[in-house]
Amino acid sequence: MNKKARRTAVALVTGAVSIGLLVTGCTPSSSDESTQESVSQDDIDTAMTTPTKLTFWTWVPDIENEVALFEAKYPAIDVTVENVGQGLPHYQKLRSAIEAGEGAPDVTQIEYQYIPSFVLNNSLLDLTAYGADDLSSDYVDWAWNQVSPDEEVWAIPQDVGPMGNLYREDILTAAGITEPPATWDDYAAAAKTVKDTTGSYISNVGATQAGQMIGFLWQAGVKPFGYDGSETVSIDVNSDEAKKVADYWTDLIQQDLISTDVDFQDQWYQGLASGKYAGWLTAAWGPIFLQGTAEATTGLWRAAPLPQWNAGDEVSGNWGGSSDAVLASSENKIAAYELAKFINNDEESAMRLATEQFLFPPQVSVLEDPAFVDQESEFYGGQKVNELFAEISQTVDTDFQWLPYMDYVYSSYEDTVGTVIADKGDISGALDVWQDQLVTYATDQGFTVE
Amino acid sequence: MTHSPALASERPASAPPLKKRTTPMKRKQRLAAYLFLVPFFIVFITMLVVPLVYAGYLSLFESKLIGGDVFAGLANYVRALTDSAFLAGLGRVGLFFIIQVPIMLGLALFLALALDSARGRGSKAVRLLIFVPYAVPAVVATLMWGYLYGPDFGPIAQISRAVGLGTPDFLSPESILGSMMNIVTWEFVGYNMIIMYAALRSIPAELYEAAEIDGAGQFRLAWSIKIPAIRPALMLTVIFSIIGSFQLFAEPSLLNAIAPDAISTSFTPNYYAYNLAFINQELNYAAAIAFLLGVVIAIVSYFVQLAGERRERVGHAERGIEP
Repeated sequence: MNKKARRTAVALVTGAVSIGLLVTGCTPSSSDESTQESVSQDDIDTAMTTPTKLTFWTWVPDIENEVALFEAKYPAIDVTVENVGQGLPHYQKLRSAIEAGEGAPDVTQIEYQYIPSFVLNNSLLDLTAYGADDLSSDYVDWAWNQVSPDEEVWAIPQDVGPMGNLYREDILTAAGITEPPATWDDYAAAAKTVKDTTGSYISNVGATQAGQMIGFLWQAGVKPFGYDGSETVSIDVNSDEAKKVADYWTDLIQQDLISTDVDFQDQWYQGLASGKYAGWLTAAWGPIFLQGTAEATTGLWRAAPLPQWNAGDEVSGNWGGSSDAVLASSENKIAAYELAKFINNDEESAMRLATEQFLFPPQVSVLEDPAFVDQESEFYGGQKVNELFAEISQTVDTDFQWLPYMDYVYSSYEDTVGTVIADKGDISGALDVWQDQLVTYATDQGFTVE
Repeated sequence: MTHSPALASERPASAPPLKKRTTPMKRKQRLAAYLFLVPFFIVFITMLVVPLVYAGYLSLFESKLIGGDVFAGLANYVRALTDSAFLAGLGRVGLFFIIQVPIMLGLALFLALALDSARGRGSKAVRLLIFVPYAVPAVVATLMWGYLYGPDFGPIAQISRAVGLGTPDFLSPESILGSMMNIVTWEFVGYNMIIMYAALRSIPAELYEAAEIDGAGQFRLAWSIKIPAIRPALMLTVIFSIIGSFQLFAEPSLLNAIAPDAISTSFTPNYYAYNLAFINQELNYAAAIAFLLGVVIAIVSYFVQLAGERRERVGHAERGIEP
């Protein structure tokens, strides 16, 4: 009892201190927090048997099922799941709650690229003291690096989106192409053949879709962003390697071999279903998504790795995926950590996320489970799509980083690169403008730009 | 921020009240009047004045992701006045005002006059039909037009292709402003028409009789009697339209989902302020932009009203009437 009261007091004090710091705008160095001692098994047992209420913000549909597993294991803990919006609205509400100092959840879903923006204002709890370090080998390396770029662990990986190539086998065959293009050169040649013989575009590059383009850059080994966890960022979106990728797409778009319709819009859904596009360069969550969008084309699609820059390479990038983080303001940190861990680490819970919610797993155990990888998909002519993406997942470059203000990075991309792609303009030139805007913003916001 | 400029500026000043000693009775009445006003003032001050002052206060600071809040004086305003994105947005809504408002109000006036001169059967139904778009929420209207504008599956594009005219692109960066003008016109013609129509109905019938005796036809009637008579109502619709155009927000924000390549984050000043606050996390700068926009609206409204009044005076003078 005494112990618990003390812990509550400590939590209250740290809460008050962090609010105070927010108000005065001071940024304590992260070393202040790493002094905390690790949590003992006793503490965990006490916390998990004390009646506790947790709030969990996530937009994963039906996650109540996995939460129910958690509550069955820990009957004392009562979890309220709230969906406050997907993507941007979610982060806006989260930020408002953090700034207001009340109303923030204990556990929150957070996409990898947004982790730094919450690390920046010390909103996330470093999970190392709670034993998160021991989980690193449970996840594919690159996914673990996304939640733990340095010593701290900021979140537990939930799902990922290693990129591959979904294509219409019937259309490519009609154009005389029997193998999916292995290199980007092959892909460009195939794009011409497909357009000339069938009239279809080999695929569509969403004009304003930064996620996809960043995925392409990731695959090409470009390191556009860097963040040291405190005040220094590096921005290099217009490097020579990045421009190589940009020029490749500029060329195909200007020859009218790749369409640039805005993705996830009616127009684009119809294009996928009607054969306007003979393929989609997408992430591991794409196959199931496509299945729901283009039902009439069942059996006509196949999956393959992304084309490579150098023949014989096996490299991919990532597009999307989320993790679950604990907020530093949580008053029940141990229970909150256990929830974030359970959802994404418990074997049954992780398996259900992969097979019922179709989130592509970062857990090694699921990626190796025959029940997952041996699934044959009728939509893809009986191909083992999960197995293919599990293999691709091994080939994602491990140290890709983000800036602590990705909201702005994306909106600036839309204004600079997006409009140029839609206009069939020079993407390389647009990268220069994008770079300028990102650097200006960083300087204005007080960051040191390397 | 809504600025409601004084519209009835020409009301003759009432005679100065005679100096009288206030009786206890009068004082009591006055007290009661103030008490009745208190609920309004509480709401007015807490919901309008305080937030406005707070926003003004915020706009004097600079908040950085690294370093926090610093007092910045008028730096945000200086930055806004040299911000090409803000100025371009202002230019865009200015263009919108110059082109769209005359079309919309001209159409509304024509419809109001037409309905007024044909007060027969069916005019009620027509009036309602023209007014209905105003009852459709802007969100629904924009989504509906977004579908109608669609280049592949939109009905306009399909008809255009069927008659061999090719596919018109309503959502390209070049044509999106025009497409938006069309949506706003569709939404607000009925609203403005109702205001004008109501004003037309209140013109005394004797004027018409006199005009008929003088041998005036319908067009002469409209031009020389009806339009001058509803001038205050026309001015009201112009002022509303100024505020509406400069504060354009719902349409760009919704069309951005359909045509993100055509609508930049600074497409209109209001939309820019929203993006600055919620995407760039530059709340203070957004407050400054919003304040400047309010000032611009007030200035434009003032000059338009001034111009209107002058024309009225000139009109009176021509017809030899004492103002």
